[in-house]
Amino acid sequence: MKRFSVFAIAREAMRQHSGWSRTWANPQPKKSYEVIIIGAGGHGLATAYYLGKNFGITNVAVIEKGWLGGGNTGRNTTIIRSNYLQDPSAAIYEKSRSLYENLSQELNYNVMFSPRGCMMLAQTQHEMRGYKRTAHANSLQGVKTEFIDPERIKQLCPIMNVDGPRYPVLGALWQSRAGSARHDAVAWGYARACSEMGMHILQKTEVIGVTQEAGNVTGVETSHGHIECKKLGMVVAGHASVVAEMAGFHLPIESVPLQALVSEPIKPCMDVVVMANTVHGYMSQSDKGEMVIGGGTDGYNAYTQRGSFHHLEETVRALIETFPMISRLKMLRHWGGIVDVTGDRSPILSKTPLGQTFINCGWGTGGFKAIPGSGWAFAELMAKGESPLTAEFGLDRFSAGRFVDESVAAGVAH
Amino acid sequence: MLMLNCPYCGINKDETELSAGGEAHIKRFGPGSSDQDFEEYLFGRANPKGLHFERWRCSSGCGKWFHAARCTLTLEVFGTYEAQTLEPPQRIKESITAKRPGWSWRAFS
Repeated sequence: MKRFSVFAIAREAMRQHSGWSRTWANPQPKKSYEVIIIGAGGHGLATAYYLGKNFGITNVAVIEKGWLGGGNTGRNTTIIRSNYLQDPSAAIYEKSRSLYENLSQELNYNVMFSPRGCMMLAQTQHEMRGYKRTAHANSLQGVKTEFIDPERIKQLCPIMNVDGPRYPVLGALWQSRAGSARHDAVAWGYARACSEMGMHILQKTEVIGVTQEAGNVTGVETSHGHIECKKLGMVVAGHASVVAEMAGFHLPIESVPLQALVSEPIKPCMDVVVMANTVHGYMSQSDKGEMVIGGGTDGYNAYTQRGSFHHLEETVRALIETFPMISRLKMLRHWGGIVDVTGDRSPILSKTPLGQTFINCGWGTGGFKAIPGSGWAFAELMAKGESPLTAEFGLDRFSAGRFVDESVAAGVAH
Repeated sequence: MLMLNCPYCGINKDETELSAGGEAHIKRFGPGSSDQDFEEYLFGRANPKGLHFERWRCSSGCGKWFHAARCTLTLEVFGTYEAQTLEPPQRIKESITAKRPGWSWRAFS
């Protein structure tokens, strides 16, 4: 695999770009692997990458029923932040955000990480108190955030109407090192690095069963036959319950659609990420100029990857009051992803009732920002059987009643 | 938009007039039960990709709770029925069997 560099571009420019190699290999499945990861989205590929990089485990297959990064990795609004209230959440999300900072250099693949800053608007007195509390908690956790007033908000984001009659902006929780990245590039960059280490990424290979013997996993049944493994990692987001069912256990998870949409491209007008949790809306501007808008989740379980129209309507209606200039924008595309929501809105990175089987799910509406940190921690959990970053996110927290309660702490949007 | 018929009002309602209440027919485990049963009652969800029995409330109508059998992948509704029951009535089971032969869901089939 050739390294990308300015010299490589110059060399290829001289020979009509005929020397670029494929980004990742497309191998035939082997009979057995040491580790199988189900799901070649961001989290699955990051897990495989850190298994190889941090623990030297490279006899790994990442199995994907569709195409690489075609699930929620390609369907999110690319917000990266770590301003969470609870200590375990702040720890894993901050680890993730800090890994994002050098990810392009590390993977030799431009993930276009842009630490442009993210503000979460306080539009009610309740949110004012909540975000001030979060700002204090963040300073104790070593996560740099601050609570800012409407004047500063107006400076950072001039297109915002802070005096709206219905949704006035009273303040905001500001994280200057938060931002966004190119979602596909994160998956592609990890895939390229995994492929370079000799791992197999098996696309269009659907897992249809999990085989076990004496309480331990022995492999998976796929649409391309049985593949053996010593350890299994399930990293399938919205379909976590479906795969868990194959292994014979239930999860405390419900799957619902979450929608997003983008506008036609316009000139640069907004260089920060804004989240408005009272109205379930968040917006940023992509490098192409499109306004990227995310909404709230649907109210009922579904696997439809589209969602209900009235949720979009509510999101856009509220955002237009906060950003009057977007009222005449045409919307280009709209889509939905299936998110796996837990009762306490915190992820599950855990051993499972089936031996040598691990699960990474429950990221709900906020998985993209967590990709590097989740992969880092889950790889450690799979390799060593424990990880300080995942200690509080076990499945046993539901029977113990030891929740990491972000549903109240972080507001609704993730 | 998802449309459901409230079995009490008898009126077709769209989802904005209703509130979803999650999985139906969950067996309640109270004091004296094992931790595992209690956890399964509180948090364990089938969350299937396909047939799902669920609770809804006619929140901007009669206010009553009712049950629905629905496919979570196609949003096809197999029928709605009153909530005062421990398992789906025979007509709902038949309506599902007509479209999804050989279905099963937890203890029902």
